[in-house]
Amino acid sequence: MIYALCILLFLLGLYGVMVKRNLIKIIISLAMMTNAVNLFFVLLAYRKNGQVPIITNFNTASTVADLAVDPIPQALVLTSVVIGLGTTALMVALAIRLYHSYGTFDITKIRKLKG
Amino acid sequence: MMGMTEIVKTVAEWIKGFIIFYGLYIILQGHLSPGGGFAGGVIIACAFIMIELAFGGKRAETELDEHKSHNLDEIGALFFLFLGILGYFLPQIPFFANVIQLYWPGSPFHILSAGSIPLMNLAIGIKVGTGLYSVFTGLSHYDPLYQEEN
Amino acid sequence: MIEIAVLFLLLFMIVGMLFVLEIENLLSAVVMMGAIGFGLSVIFLLLGAPDLAIVQIAVEVISLVILIRATIHRDIKEKADESLSQVSAIPILVCLLLFFLLIYPAMSFLPVFGSPVFMNYYSSSIYYLQEGFKITGAPNIISAIILDFRGYDTLGEAIVLFTSILGALSILRYRNKKKEPSES
Repeated sequence: MIYALCILLFLLGLYGVMVKRNLIKIIISLAMMTNAVNLFFVLLAYRKNGQVPIITNFNTASTVADLAVDPIPQALVLTSVVIGLGTTALMVALAIRLYHSYGTFDITKIRKLKG
Repeated sequence: MMGMTEIVKTVAEWIKGFIIFYGLYIILQGHLSPGGGFAGGVIIACAFIMIELAFGGKRAETELDEHKSHNLDEIGALFFLFLGILGYFLPQIPFFANVIQLYWPGSPFHILSAGSIPLMNLAIGIKVGTGLYSVFTGLSHYDPLYQEEN
Repeated sequence: MIEIAVLFLLLFMIVGMLFVLEIENLLSAVVMMGAIGFGLSVIFLLLGAPDLAIVQIAVEVISLVILIRATIHRDIKEKADESLSQVSAIPILVCLLLFFLLIYPAMSFLPVFGSPVFMNYYSSSIYYLQEGFKITGAPNIISAIILDFRGYDTLGEAIVLFTSILGALSILRYRNKKKEPSES
């Protein structure tokens, strides 16, 4: 059920990329698609009543493997979030250059290739 | 590119040191508590962005302009790569192994433990922080009037 | 208890996404994007990932500032946003609904929410949790994974971040180097 809602969030972002006409809405929808995929990874790694995978003292070092949540998807998503910010910055730079050349954010008016 | 009112400028100037200190704390204690290089680096970038938003573009250029932050970005990445090839001349050490832990192991739960993990956290923190600040400065100082004169 | 809170926050994110798609004012849409990212950070905290929560909230604030500062700050004149007039939205909606209905039975092959799929057998996760503290000496298993066991992936991430920032800066090549005395 929760996985289906996560897929629904991804599909809403995809609808925004395909249908909307303003460049800023397309950028926001792409960022939301990245968020949905990261959330899906972390949802796969959850254990019921699980603990954070950090060892606090020497006594708990032997039992952490039975109680902790899965650490590998968290390590993968950690770098993905920062890369998502770099991608958003690149898209905003492209949008600024397009606005300077054409004077509008509307993608139906950006048709002729202009230097 | 103009700044904000007097209250915002005063508060931003006082708080900037605390935010950078907090970011350094999260970077250096990355192997003991939640945090690490990425979280601390992004917080340090937030501190510099706050100074640029509060004072405008001119004051932020005197502190850390785009070329200086880009150079710091490159230094951070090269430092991270240097820590990875440290064990190149020792026998049977794979790429990116923790060689400092093999020869000088500290006591656990102290700040000078876990080999080269705190140093790698510092390199990643410098890289991410200054890189994100340089792209923000480049985006907000883009002026199309200069291009139309050419 | 935690599952109910995660479900509630996920419903808030979906409603916010519908709000972003249909609102006309661009500033409201960008602010709602910030609220959705904040909800995601709270979900990360509830699911036992505090590193991710810190990174997600700081990254959301920076992306919000970039979007507002670089685009809406520049007095764009148009605010209205209609959908594509040549291609109507109905076929796209039908396709996406069909995709959602067909992928729903595939979700039944995933394990129940609450039992991680990689920890049923002796996999890398259990090895890292059991031996990570002894080999590296770092109590934070996530830091030990991304900087010692899988440091090569972190090098790849540094390269990708550097390349994207270089690309963004080289697109905006003509920046204001000399300020004229007439403009402030």
